[in-house]
Amino acid sequence: MLGIALKMLFRDRAKYAMLVCGLAFCSLLMCQQISVFCGLMMWTTATVRNIGAPVWVVDAKVEQANEVIPMRQIEVERVRSVPGVAWAVPLFIGMEQARLADGSFQNVQLTGLDTGTLTGRPMDMRAGRIEDLRLPNAVVVDQVAVEKFRKKGIKIQLGTTFEINDKEARVVGICHAARSFFGQPYVYTTFDRAMEYTKPTRKQLSFVLAGPTSGVTDEDLAARISRLPGLRAITKDNLFWLTVWWYIKNTGIPISIGTVVILGIIVGIAIAGQTFYLFVHDNLRFLAAFKAMGARMPTLAAMVLLQAFSVGFIGYGIGVGLASWFGNVVLVKEQPPFFMPWQVPTFVAIVIVFICSFSALIGLIKVARLEPAVVFR
Amino acid sequence: MSNLAINVENAVKSFPAGDTRTYALKGATLDAKFGELLMIVGPSGCGKTTLLSVICGTLKCEEGRLTVFDHDLRAMKEGQITQFRCENVGFVFQQFNLIPTLTAVENASVPLILNGVSTAEATRRAGEVLEKVGIGEKRHSYPSQLSGGQQQRVAIARALAHEPRLIICDEPTASLDAATGQKTLDLLKSSALQPDRCVIVVTHDNRIYHFADRIAEMEDGRVTGIHNDPKNYHHV
Repeated sequence: MLGIALKMLFRDRAKYAMLVCGLAFCSLLMCQQISVFCGLMMWTTATVRNIGAPVWVVDAKVEQANEVIPMRQIEVERVRSVPGVAWAVPLFIGMEQARLADGSFQNVQLTGLDTGTLTGRPMDMRAGRIEDLRLPNAVVVDQVAVEKFRKKGIKIQLGTTFEINDKEARVVGICHAARSFFGQPYVYTTFDRAMEYTKPTRKQLSFVLAGPTSGVTDEDLAARISRLPGLRAITKDNLFWLTVWWYIKNTGIPISIGTVVILGIIVGIAIAGQTFYLFVHDNLRFLAAFKAMGARMPTLAAMVLLQAFSVGFIGYGIGVGLASWFGNVVLVKEQPPFFMPWQVPTFVAIVIVFICSFSALIGLIKVARLEPAVVFR
Repeated sequence: MSNLAINVENAVKSFPAGDTRTYALKGATLDAKFGELLMIVGPSGCGKTTLLSVICGTLKCEEGRLTVFDHDLRAMKEGQITQFRCENVGFVFQQFNLIPTLTAVENASVPLILNGVSTAEATRRAGEVLEKVGIGEKRHSYPSQLSGGQQQRVAIARALAHEPRLIICDEPTASLDAATGQKTLDLLKSSALQPDRCVIVVTHDNRIYHFADRIAEMEDGRVTGIHNDPKNYHHV
């Protein structure tokens, strides 16, 4: 009878198409929007992922990775004095303006790496060598910078120069780095040179990056450093999630995207639920005939469930497929943000199962109440 | 084996109507024999269809005795009655009730599949029955591609496919013109009626009375008369 159920479904093309379209649209909307949300959250953690240090030391009041409260440079020495610290290096991150050859300006995120070790260096160099940062006035820019400067008519290549706070910066390398939340280009240089590029203030240290000695976990090390007055040490993973949760709690992003996701669920339930209900309702006469002919309730329930989950499976496949295609297209330009971990299609699958179960349940209630004698009326 | 296929004695069936109950059967008594085509006739609302539903087990009567092929249907549980119906009863409905999205052969194979026959075997056997009722060439047509008479033939094939012992027909000619109705009854009598089988037809159509072996006349929830000479029966 399951074969009969599928034939009844697939050959009722108008309702079948409507059901699949409804569920595909619902899946697409949820999958795409949640992936964009995940992509946005990934953007907020770009600094953490680009630098990649195991333990980050910040001012005690810092709540997330994009919030910089400058510290004194002496804090590096204090961190190094903590037992279990294998190494500790300074990191500068700040917004500066780059002045281009034609006089126009471009905001950039200046990243000053420890001069000796270049800890936190970009791992994906597309041109030049990161070690050349030690050359005079040397900077490494990311591909976003190349793109943004190109739009302003300036071709960035090795040897191109521009100014930061009236000081020359010469490009010695081009890298690829995870895009930042605000989309500013990254300009990497050494920590010492970063101090020269920025206006001098009493406190200029953004982060201290640290690593544990053998036998000490990142969590242990973070706990030990956090005992220092005025400092807070956070492991890379914790800083990642602290940042994500900060944006979830303090921005309107989850509400705006959550609204679209909820609308997707409502549209899915409304279209799929209503259409499936109509499908079952239109077939009630025939289901009653089956009942009269000797079909038991479990058989009829299996037929209705198979019909509901068939359209759910197909609609889900189309929706997630379209969302993946969208993701592939936009990932080339990295805009809008898109990140689809396995949890996203799993969540969407659970919602689709819920919608299908809900739709099937409404139909099944009708079928269960159906008197076989109704076929004679 | 007794020659009595069905025995209904003093069947009572009522339905709720607001605070009271409306009695559709008020002690109906009826016998049907193997090898006969029994017609149940009477005015609208006299309880014909209710009696038919009680006989095939789609409705349970509240009082009286009901024996179908030596099975006491009133003593059987719901699941047993469903299984009994599945194995022993074939249906021909007034509106045919053919699934519009299934072909003729797929429609006719449904009772076989319900009886556990594989789809391939059910399709083969349903095809044979469609040949038998003279519509084999339309086996792959959908109901919407068939005339009313052809649809009723498919419905008859569906009723016969699993070789049930009881064929229940509810107003089988109501949706057909006179000539097609005659052909349908002719077909029903020639293909469905066998010595080990019983056919019960509920009808208003006095043009097909002569096909019956006996006619049971109903009025106000009771069987008021049995007529053994249908050719000379004229219901007023």
